[in-house]
Amino acid sequence: MNRPVELAQSQSAVLETNKVLKNTYALLSVTLLFSAFTAYISMQMEMPGFMPLVATFGALGLIWLVLPRTANSAAGIGVVFAITGLLGLGLGPILNNYLQMSNGGQLIMTSLGGTGVIFLALSGYALTTKRDFSFMGGMLVVGMVLVLIASLANIFMQIPALSLAVSAIVILIMSGFILYDTSRIINGGEKNYIMATVGLYLSLYNIFVHLLILLGVMSDD
Amino acid sequence: MDWMKISSALLIVLMLVYLLPRAKDMIKNSPKASGNDFVAVLIPLLLVAGFVFLLIKSV
Repeated sequence: MNRPVELAQSQSAVLETNKVLKNTYALLSVTLLFSAFTAYISMQMEMPGFMPLVATFGALGLIWLVLPRTANSAAGIGVVFAITGLLGLGLGPILNNYLQMSNGGQLIMTSLGGTGVIFLALSGYALTTKRDFSFMGGMLVVGMVLVLIASLANIFMQIPALSLAVSAIVILIMSGFILYDTSRIINGGEKNYIMATVGLYLSLYNIFVHLLILLGVMSDD
Repeated sequence: MDWMKISSALLIVLMLVYLLPRAKDMIKNSPKASGNDFVAVLIPLLLVAGFVFLLIKSV
């Protein structure tokens, strides 16, 4: 009779999942605040227009080369702050551009609120249903590859409708990633809260930026 | 063509180089979905699309 042992193992798995979830949301909250702070600094310093590109290069370098080596140590937390801080710095010039529009402030706040509502609703859905969304992984990555190819083509073709379509699809793909990442945490597929935080942060960042693009283009002003 | 466009294109090519092998791997190893699974994903995503449409209408 191994029942007590099985029960103890399942209880310890639930405790570990709850711990990862709690740590992920705590780190995500702090990094979002830090990102907002660096975006504010970047806006005040009126960083040049190429800053978003430089910041994205830097952040991707950290995500691909440094984070996998540090994610299991305390240094990983510093790397997460560096990534989110850099992406925040990159947001500064974009936000300054929008603030030059007559309803720029409203667009930014709508986009921020919209991102928050989407994140809370999807996380709540994944947490309450406890469904396993791991089957979405392949589809989401293929979707990302197709979006990147379309974006690459549009750098040279400059078709506004394609740009809008890409933004709309990115919002849906990133929404899918929120479901996927949250379900991985709940079902024990992701046990590292540093990696989980970066995944969720990138989804939120992309939803915010692409919602801002959509609202900016479709706005009456 | 200015250097910003070239750098942006380079960044996207780098992302593709990084993502393509992972995409192949994830397609191969992702569990198969049932009809119910697709409905469970489509409903929230349709709600997100509707919400974004409402936000666009409101500005």
